[in-house]
Amino acid sequence: MTEEQKLFQKTVRKFCEKEIKPLASKIDKEEYFPWDMYKKMGKLGLMGMTVPKKYGGAGIDKICYMIALEEISRLCGSTGITIEAHNTLGNGYIYEAGTEEQRKKYLPRLTGGEAFTALAITEPNAGSDVGGIQTTAVIDGDEWVLNGTKQFITSGDIAEAIIVMAKTDKTKGTKGISAFILEKDTPGFKVGQLEDKLGLRGSKTAELIFEDCHVPKENILGEKDKGFYGVMDTLDRGRTAVGAMSVGIARGALEDSIAYAKQREQFGRPIGKFQAIQWMIADMATEIEAARLLVYRAAYLEDNNMSFSKEAAIAKLFASEIAMRATRNAIQIHGGYGYMRDRPLERYFRDIKLSQIGEGTSEIQRIVIAKRLGL
Amino acid sequence: MNIIVCAKQVVDVSEMKVDSKTKKPILQGVPQKISDIDKNAIEEAIKIKDKHGGKITVVTVGPSDAKERIKELLAMGADEGVLISSTDKYDYRIVSSLLAEAIKKIGEYDIVLCGEASIDMFSGQVGPRVAGLLNIPQITYAQNINAEKDKTVAMRNMGDKSVTTESSYPVLITVTKEINEPRLPSLMQILGAANKPINEWSAGSLTKELQPKVETIELKGIPMQRKNIVYKDDVDDSVKKLVDSLAKEGVLR
Repeated sequence: MTEEQKLFQKTVRKFCEKEIKPLASKIDKEEYFPWDMYKKMGKLGLMGMTVPKKYGGAGIDKICYMIALEEISRLCGSTGITIEAHNTLGNGYIYEAGTEEQRKKYLPRLTGGEAFTALAITEPNAGSDVGGIQTTAVIDGDEWVLNGTKQFITSGDIAEAIIVMAKTDKTKGTKGISAFILEKDTPGFKVGQLEDKLGLRGSKTAELIFEDCHVPKENILGEKDKGFYGVMDTLDRGRTAVGAMSVGIARGALEDSIAYAKQREQFGRPIGKFQAIQWMIADMATEIEAARLLVYRAAYLEDNNMSFSKEAAIAKLFASEIAMRATRNAIQIHGGYGYMRDRPLERYFRDIKLSQIGEGTSEIQRIVIAKRLGL
Repeated sequence: MNIIVCAKQVVDVSEMKVDSKTKKPILQGVPQKISDIDKNAIEEAIKIKDKHGGKITVVTVGPSDAKERIKELLAMGADEGVLISSTDKYDYRIVSSLLAEAIKKIGEYDIVLCGEASIDMFSGQVGPRVAGLLNIPQITYAQNINAEKDKTVAMRNMGDKSVTTESSYPVLITVTKEINEPRLPSLMQILGAANKPINEWSAGSLTKELQPKVETIELKGIPMQRKNIVYKDDVDDSVKKLVDSLAKEGVLR
């Protein structure tokens, strides 16, 4: 890490210790959404991390962004996913694919922590198979008319600007998809049910319904019928970020386990003196270090404009799988105490599961990796 | 209003371990940071600058890598840094004279701010010594500062009482930890700090007298031993015994 990156880490860590840590349990148990905290995050630059300064962002590189995501997720997975979805899927997509007018119109409010954004891809019948979406966009004079239903959309109910993936040519599968920026008060748009989830309970997950939603023609994001490539590019970026989130949650499991293993005594000595516990902790530490380096490598490649799709998939696959194992073993190390809700271990375990599913399941990651290996 | 803040790079004592056999602190690999109370001094400087305008210059004595620590203070809001570079270990007298010479070289200033003491050695000598060398008034242990246009009024923490002190400019003020809560720089400010200047002046260019008069012979951790007294019989009786013990140890007065 460079000295600047260390200072980033220190700053974000201090902020998280002060602002997120006291709220993390409440965020999970009460599905509490701390608006004020997100406003403070906006002031610190956490709501527009990689967006250039001219659009109100912090303009930091991808490695610093990963450092920040790890720190946030270490204390609260719900806040981690909310920040990740906002920064990568929303802001990132608008910045990468948007016109100058779109960037200027939407990004300053989004990066300042005044408003959220969301990316709506998934539908009841289209998860991994993005080409199978059924939401449609039909041109009508100077407007696009959107119809359809999206589900499992992170921050969908609170987002001010939602990127909606829709079919603009029903005959063409993935080659007939376009992206649109929809503003929340557009007539015909409504939020459906809010999901009751296993973990990440402080992150909002909503169903979105579009009934004859008229969107100005200029709100198409990227080229018509090329939305699949834009969204895949965004998901590539998101994969590295979910990897960083996973590393953060796994680090929480590791740090808590070390502290507990030192303090908990059984059979006359701290359990950390038993090899069974030592091996679990040593494996966790090893895997976390490896996962972090994979995340940094993918981020480094992206920072240097090199191909990073395979590396991002590898980082996400590995980090989410090892984090799942780390949180499971952390509960094992804590025994009965780990199973109880007054400690955060069971929260880590519930929160991390999404990393193996969201923004491309582990199985999809393997397909991406295999394809990039020429298979 | 031009403000100079003296800040010290110290080892992060929270990360420091003591060798259990030799009782010597293990300093190798321990990260460095800016002494906590010096950050309070920076924070106060920023507040005064916000009110009156002007410029904040940070001065540090230390090795070249201290520049990285100075950057954190620049990110918080200082405008410029000065590193008096040296790898030698100096005593308070030399550090104070180096700081005083650097302050004279910087020239125009209204307030010099320091932490009341550094968190590693906690001698509290440097601020007052610098004021003496500069021949300017000093206000130590300030827990509150009201910088007005022509004078500054500060409340000094004297332990069991507070003393309000007034001074004209220039003045040197040392601050206590309770004076404020140092801000966290934003990510934008951290990036911006890379463009702020840090001048490096060699210690030898400021003074020729660099031979310490105080020599540190040995540094040892203080062993702490618990008394492990347990009162567990009758509750009322145990409480009384506990209170008596605490009073005897001087914990309760």
